[in-house]
Amino acid sequence: MAENNLVHPDNLVYEKTSVMTDRVLHYCPGCGHGTAHRLLAEVIDELGIQGETIGVAPVGCSVLAYYYFDVDMQEAAHGRAPAVATGIKRVFPEKFVFTYQGDGDLAAIGTAETIHACNRGENILVVFINNGIYGMTGGQMAPTTLPGMKSSTSPRGRDVATMGNPLKITELVAELPGTYFVTRQSVHAPANARKAKRALKKAMEYQKLNKGTCFVEIVSNCPSGWKMTPAQSNKWMEENMFPYYPLGDIKVPENQ
Amino acid sequence: MARKGDVVINIERCKGCEVCLTACPHEVLALSNEVNSKGYHYAMKVNSACTGCANCAIVCPDAVITVYREKAVKKA
Repeated sequence: MAENNLVHPDNLVYEKTSVMTDRVLHYCPGCGHGTAHRLLAEVIDELGIQGETIGVAPVGCSVLAYYYFDVDMQEAAHGRAPAVATGIKRVFPEKFVFTYQGDGDLAAIGTAETIHACNRGENILVVFINNGIYGMTGGQMAPTTLPGMKSSTSPRGRDVATMGNPLKITELVAELPGTYFVTRQSVHAPANARKAKRALKKAMEYQKLNKGTCFVEIVSNCPSGWKMTPAQSNKWMEENMFPYYPLGDIKVPENQ
Repeated sequence: MARKGDVVINIERCKGCEVCLTACPHEVLALSNEVNSKGYHYAMKVNSACTGCANCAIVCPDAVITVYREKAVKKA
């Protein structure tokens, strides 16, 4: 077959970046975490900062993120990644420091650390994966769970009257003077993934400017927690998550 | 005419999530009838309409897809 001749290093247009290790990801099939990991790793690769990057892993599904990024990584206590990243950045101000956190980590137990790190304007990148649920522990309701959304601890759907409102923490940190670039993206479709990668790249580059915290939210799916196939969960996310968590830049630097 | 492309799928790492199937604009990919050693039906190429756009690879959560594309022919 003639097309087999195309499989040649000269024709290569896309392969797994070497900033990701060869370890098989433990995530469920179709989980957005894997895509988000890869896009961030590609950004680190393209900027040529593999040796200068230090990541902080959270507690949650992505607790094992340090296995997958071939950069220096530090595990933080639940929710405390921005505080740990603050310390790392202050000791190594020339390094690129990022945290990678889910919504249970960043928007629930770590709310105080997140808000204060962003308010202090720590010069770090916060990557926030929002799938509206506690994935690792079995799909319990998170602060970001949508009104009416079913989870294992809200089996009849989240009742706002008794369970409160979902927390739009990204809009919240955008109001703080310490944040420099705040955006919300998704990685479920090719166009969205490319946009998310551009946003991550911009956010990583802004770290050189020393202007404040960059905050990138990635609205993601949880096929296992939502009890759907990956394709169904992506569709459900488009129909239900995006109206509540609209995609796009929330705070952009003034001169851009 | 669109450039020709090809994909190579690491079937042992594929988890059969089908995200690449919906991302492909030319329906090049489908799930296999066979399973890999973990028991997942893996993604495979079923026709030669691939243009090497890399849409499948950029949404693959497990980074199993490598994409090749023929070089653009310069017009004389």
